[in-house]
Amino acid sequence: MAAPTTPAEIGGIGHSVQRKEDARLIEGQGNFLDDIDLPNTLHMAILRSPLAHARINGIDSSAATALDGVVAVVTGDLMDQHGLAWMPTLSGDTQAVLATDKVRYQGQEVAAVIATDPYIATDALELIEVDYEDLPPITTPQQSLEEGAALIRDEKEGQTDNLAYTWETGDKVATEEAFAQADQVVTLETHYPRSHPAPLETCGILADVNSVTGQATIYMTSQAPHAHRTLFAMVAGLPEQNIRIVSPDIGGGFGNKVPIYPGYVVATAASLLIGQPVKWVESRTENLISTGFARDYYMKGELAVTDEGRILGLRVNMLSDQGAFYSDAQPTQFRAGLFHVVTGSYDFPAAHIDCRGAFTNKAPGGVAYRCSFRITEASYLIERLVQNAAYEVGIDPAEMRLRNFIQPEQFPYETATGFVYDSGDYPTALRTALDEVGYEDLRREQAEARAEGRLIGIGIAHFTEAVGAGPSHTYDIAGLKMIDSAELRVHPTGKAILKLGVKTQGQGHETTFAQIVAEVLGIPANDIKVEHGDTDHTPYGLGTYASRSTPVGGAATAVVARKLADKAKKIAAHLLEAAEEDIELASGVLSVAGSPDRSVTIQDIALAAYTNLPEGMEYGLEDVTYYDPPNLTYPYGSYIVVVEVDPDTGVWQVQRMVALDDCGVRINPMIVEGQICGGLTEGFAMSAMQWITFDDDGNCIGANFMDYLVPTAWETPRFELLATEVPSPHHPIGAKGVGESATVGSPAAFVNAVIDALAHLGVRNIDMPVLPDRVWAAIDEAS
Amino acid sequence: MEITVTINGSDHASDVEPRTLLVDHIRRTVGLTGTHVGCDTTSCGACTVLMDGKPVKACTVLAAQADGAEVTTVEGLKTADGLHPIQSAFTDDHGLQCGFCTPGMMLVGASLISENPDPSEDDVRWAISGNLCRCTGYMNIVKAIQTAAARVAESSNGS
Ligand code: FES
Ligand code: FES
Repeated sequence: MAAPTTPAEIGGIGHSVQRKEDARLIEGQGNFLDDIDLPNTLHMAILRSPLAHARINGIDSSAATALDGVVAVVTGDLMDQHGLAWMPTLSGDTQAVLATDKVRYQGQEVAAVIATDPYIATDALELIEVDYEDLPPITTPQQSLEEGAALIRDEKEGQTDNLAYTWETGDKVATEEAFAQADQVVTLETHYPRSHPAPLETCGILADVNSVTGQATIYMTSQAPHAHRTLFAMVAGLPEQNIRIVSPDIGGGFGNKVPIYPGYVVATAASLLIGQPVKWVESRTENLISTGFARDYYMKGELAVTDEGRILGLRVNMLSDQGAFYSDAQPTQFRAGLFHVVTGSYDFPAAHIDCRGAFTNKAPGGVAYRCSFRITEASYLIERLVQNAAYEVGIDPAEMRLRNFIQPEQFPYETATGFVYDSGDYPTALRTALDEVGYEDLRREQAEARAEGRLIGIGIAHFTEAVGAGPSHTYDIAGLKMIDSAELRVHPTGKAILKLGVKTQGQGHETTFAQIVAEVLGIPANDIKVEHGDTDHTPYGLGTYASRSTPVGGAATAVVARKLADKAKKIAAHLLEAAEEDIELASGVLSVAGSPDRSVTIQDIALAAYTNLPEGMEYGLEDVTYYDPPNLTYPYGSYIVVVEVDPDTGVWQVQRMVALDDCGVRINPMIVEGQICGGLTEGFAMSAMQWITFDDDGNCIGANFMDYLVPTAWETPRFELLATEVPSPHHPIGAKGVGESATVGSPAAFVNAVIDALAHLGVRNIDMPVLPDRVWAAIDEAS
Repeated sequence: MEITVTINGSDHASDVEPRTLLVDHIRRTVGLTGTHVGCDTTSCGACTVLMDGKPVKACTVLAAQADGAEVTTVEGLKTADGLHPIQSAFTDDHGLQCGFCTPGMMLVGASLISENPDPSEDDVRWAISGNLCRCTGYMNIVKAIQTAAARVAESSNGS
């Protein structure tokens, strides 16, 4: 059969190629963590603290140990004997693996049962008696920093209060000067509530440590298998070559599967000590109360503006609720992630950000829930502020943005906090979205509706993200530079295997990364197998989160494919007896410039690479690339939401949601749009219903899907998607990454829409989630 | 206790503890792992199977209650004729990302189509409102179920 030669058949960049991963998933043949079964597997269940803050005076596990089928009960003391009662976090703190001294939040790990059957393991938990002595729980960061508040981290040397960290950035003096020149200062105080990524598959591990060979094969729901292997080696002292992390099919990650959790450490230690495989899969409740919370920022933003609506400066004060341990999964040099992006899409000279984090008696986490390290909070704040500033100045919120946008010719643009945005055309993006939604007509309808006592609101958010961490000069995790890799092997028959350091959790890497190779070499995407997630079989990389797969791993893929294209041209020159400079490669055909009849296919070249090479050339057609990005990429978008608010009940309904995204070059438009719809839904969720709260005793409210409301198909709005495409100038294929844009950008659009409906009443803020009772109270208070 | 459940057309006789959940029975005893578990409050629908033709959440049914019943799991959707139309529609319309919710979504969709050959968008959204998806935002799931319905209708009109 002739090799495909049309671009559509090859399925390179820009084609909506059907996903390769679907075939197994639609037949129930996926291989998720809990689907893996090894002979003699034992099952682990974790005993968790019912109290938010208490001293542990003793643990009696004798009855549990005696239960038929129980193999072992592991406590903090046992872990301590192996130096594993505590572990380092990704933000330079330490976290208890199993509590030895105190419990510091409800749901904290206290003991673990290993049994022959998961039901028995759970039964045994009830037989463990823990003698707790109540301590006063601290449930807000404000309380936590009060004089005389109980010390949560009394075990930490030198810690005399509950302050977790401080951080500041920007130019304080320049910002004060900007504020001195302002006609008005617009202030917004708002809370970005605690949320949880809640991927549909919870976290889990199957640890198989062979006590004879020392080989540790660890199946794990991991977004970053290579980094996890290195961390296991560092923390547990296992030799790295003996650790193999296998991250199988993952049922969604969204940042939840980035950290190393206590359960992973205990299961691995138990497997090592017992000599049998040990499996632990979280229940949903465990997932929601103990792993990977996100957000929880109390933010005060001030915008200095002129009467003409020009922004002069931005000042931000923040307090973050870190829970009991400071364990944000973020690059080492950063304290509040990439919050610097709070200057948004606007051109102004001065900004200053001051931030403190406090320990509380709540679960730790601080994961980047579908965002690039605190970008969601930053983007939300600036878009809410700009919208409010428009009301105060008395100009239209769209016009306010157009007056302050960074202009296309200003790129690369250095912001007041030192980020260098790569490319964009913000005015075109916003105007396109405004046209699509019919903005002027909507404003007229809004005015007419108001006259009839109906409340219509139009919310805009024009966000800019900073993704693709990141350049080695600034970005590392536990010292590991945030590079990523791709290894490409083309076989003699012209088929290929691509091995990646990043790892899909549903994003479709097996398809889109093959498309990058298809674009460069002309080997059909369907002839390229993509392998990832197994540290024994893939090159090193930092993993998939912070929208870094395409910006970093995708760049590595393009570069390695280009290396092979160069070699292919040399081989073609040899086969065609032409000069290498004259060889052109297009759609898998290498021909001599000016005489297209003299050509060979990439498949011919692949065979020649193993059979017929020019003198002195090394055999084979394969290579590996480690890519160190020169900069982050900066995707952006213009989102417009139209809502109607019922003044009697506070219930709001989304009438329209128009989302324009510019993520640079789109590798697979179908997959990009799928990612955007998913992200918009999560943004809607946070604005409307999804949050985790605590009562005054520190009991977690939101511990299951009855209390933690994630939207179903019934509540989820319909989305209208638009695109512009300004490539990233520094990325090898011009792509910027898209998986998180919609979650970052959309909450402000939804909330701004509700505020816009009530703006004429003087309402300027309702904290998320914008629940009907809060809306009703805001209307009530205003009138 | 002794039970016999017919799963995807084959009889499975086994001795189960009375408390064994149907989902655990299907996954662990029978070894069909396409049926997933995503919650512990009957909220997510990842565990959905068809029991005597009707969707049930297998995390909330005891294996003992399925004694004598006909159960269809995702592994039973494909027939000798090939993929079920709902399966090909999910691929064609990009109705799945991580694929964890997909078996449940497809079974609910298949059951809906068998009762309502021409479901409206609202019909579909209502039918799948007991199933959560964290990846797709549902748009393409809804589309896929409608595509499958149209294809089924077309092939039965044609035959
Ligand atoms: S696992 Fe059955 S509904 Fe969630
Ligand atoms: S595709 Fe991931 S939960 Fe639905």
